[in-house]
Amino acid sequence: MSLKYALFTGCVAKGAGRELLTSTNIVCDKLGIELVEMTDAACCGAGVVSEDNAMIADIVNARTFALAEEAGLDIMNICITCQGVHRKCQVKLARDPKYMARVNEALRETTGHEYKGTVKIKHFGNIMLNDYGLDKLKEAVVKPLDTIKAGAFYGCYAMRPHEYSDLAEPDDPDEMERIIEAVGATPVDYSARLKCCGFPIIMMNKKNSLTLSGNAISSAKDAGSDCVITQCPLCHLNMDAYQPEIDSSLNMPIIHIQQLIGLALGISQDELKMNTHIIRPTGAIAAV
Amino acid sequence: MDSVTFRIFRFDPETEDSPRYQDYEYELEPGVTLLNSLNTIRSKQDATIAYRMSCGSAICGSCAMRANGHAVLACKTQTSELVKDGVIQIDPLGNMKVIHDLVVDLEPFWGSLRKVKPYLQPDTTNNPELEREQTQEQFLLIDDVTTCILCGACFSDCNALEVDENFLGPATLAKAHRFIYDSRDSKTEERLEDISELHGVWDCTHCAECSTRCPTETKPLARIEEIREAAMKAGVHGNNGARHVLGFRETVGKSGRLNENYLPPRSVGFFNIPGLLGLLPVGIRMLMRGKNPPLIHHSIDKVDEVKKIFSRFEEYRK
Ligand code: SF4
Ligand code: SF4
Ligand code: FES
Repeated sequence: MSLKYALFTGCVAKGAGRELLTSTNIVCDKLGIELVEMTDAACCGAGVVSEDNAMIADIVNARTFALAEEAGLDIMNICITCQGVHRKCQVKLARDPKYMARVNEALRETTGHEYKGTVKIKHFGNIMLNDYGLDKLKEAVVKPLDTIKAGAFYGCYAMRPHEYSDLAEPDDPDEMERIIEAVGATPVDYSARLKCCGFPIIMMNKKNSLTLSGNAISSAKDAGSDCVITQCPLCHLNMDAYQPEIDSSLNMPIIHIQQLIGLALGISQDELKMNTHIIRPTGAIAAV
Repeated sequence: MDSVTFRIFRFDPETEDSPRYQDYEYELEPGVTLLNSLNTIRSKQDATIAYRMSCGSAICGSCAMRANGHAVLACKTQTSELVKDGVIQIDPLGNMKVIHDLVVDLEPFWGSLRKVKPYLQPDTTNNPELEREQTQEQFLLIDDVTTCILCGACFSDCNALEVDENFLGPATLAKAHRFIYDSRDSKTEERLEDISELHGVWDCTHCAECSTRCPTETKPLARIEEIREAAMKAGVHGNNGARHVLGFRETVGKSGRLNENYLPPRSVGFFNIPGLLGLLPVGIRMLMRGKNPPLIHHSIDKVDEVKKIFSRFEEYRK
């Protein structure tokens, strides 16, 4: 059975991180995963809209879920923050049927949609692991990345709070490392791999925000990583786009996990838009 | 019975130059807590291991420590759940100085709490004859947050505190919530203003470590989100955090998606010249790579549906 998903792009993959959308599309195409972009789905609210008005955020997300249900597809997220916000909203609605009824009533009134609670919310990483399968991914690899040492950076929403996480052991996960291994690269263990990138406070306290991302990059570098692999475009922005302001000597390529897989599938760095990163591929990455 | 290696952090800064780990072999019994295990090791193998404990019932908040790198309440954690490849590593709480082995200096934690005036400030011009009553509904707003046992687990693992010792931290923000949402307190506005300053409620990164580690129903991140909601509703908007939220609402409500060219200047403030200049370097770097968000911001398809939802903003507000 071929795999097909409703692709929730999130805002950043349509804006400052367009290389993420491009590389997701090419990689899925190459693997035979069909994607239907949800062009009518709205921003998940990133946990920000809900701080103003939690119910508005829940109605908007329930609408997104309803759209996928109407299309008969499960949702693929490519941003860990979007998937975290979606999963939290879904759990919240499932736990409180009264509240779900209120949200649905508002949704029906304003848009005519209804959320049934059947859609599954996934993200690219867990689709690779659980739906596509790492054995199949290994078979598709034409260019094993055996010269690359890669540090996985999970992104908070992948793990915390545990109740919304789909990782088997959110306090000590290995899912990203297994994907890194599947494409022939060597995963690097480093102390900051489960930390926060600092992006959510970049507009509120830039110093704290960039100290967090700088610490994470240094930690990966000290452990011998050639690159940091992200699954959230917000982590990517804080570690890549801001890296020259953190410490220009770090020179650490930050790679979306889709791009890492793409390289192993024989897709060129140009096609994967790796040249649009602020930190251009260097060292072992450039040599692939 | 399984044998487990306890790898325990040992350090006496008064007599030793650097910390070390000491291994203890321990026969795991079913149903024991981490605190039970430490007590057994201490009584049978090494009476010099220092840690705090008292109630053994998850109520006094003394026994927080790190197991396998994450803060836990020792008396509320099953030892068997911690074993990883036959080993359990025990460390003192983070973000505080070690006094001896697993005992840390909690003063920064207490100091932070004092900053938010952690006591009721009722309207004394209007003293009731007997007590200040609350309805069940009013109490439920602070029911969860009053379960905090001040164990410091959240303080230990907070990412924002790791890079800024002046950040108020999760338990303190939760304590502030407890009075902001208390119907008997008269200083709500003032508290919201104070807490919206730098190092306050908007400096939390949402890493969710606090809610993940918290052994009670306090769940600080959820309370932080509620404080922000209260601040937004009360019109405490003169800071980057609140402006960020307003900008988010405006752009998503209008186009269904975030306008990344609009939000940053909206957040720092359109008249804040140094703030705006601070945004330039990253903007220019992105422009040079063709990575800048599209200059013409496109709406999602069927944006009218989303606009309609947002048009009921006040109606749906808590
Ligand atoms: S969510 Fe905020 S307060 Fe809680 S641990 Fe993270 S940064 Fe600290
Ligand atoms: S909020 Fe939770 S983790 Fe923090 S001190 Fe209180 S009980 Fe402990
Ligand atoms: S000993 Fe009192 S809370 Fe653990």
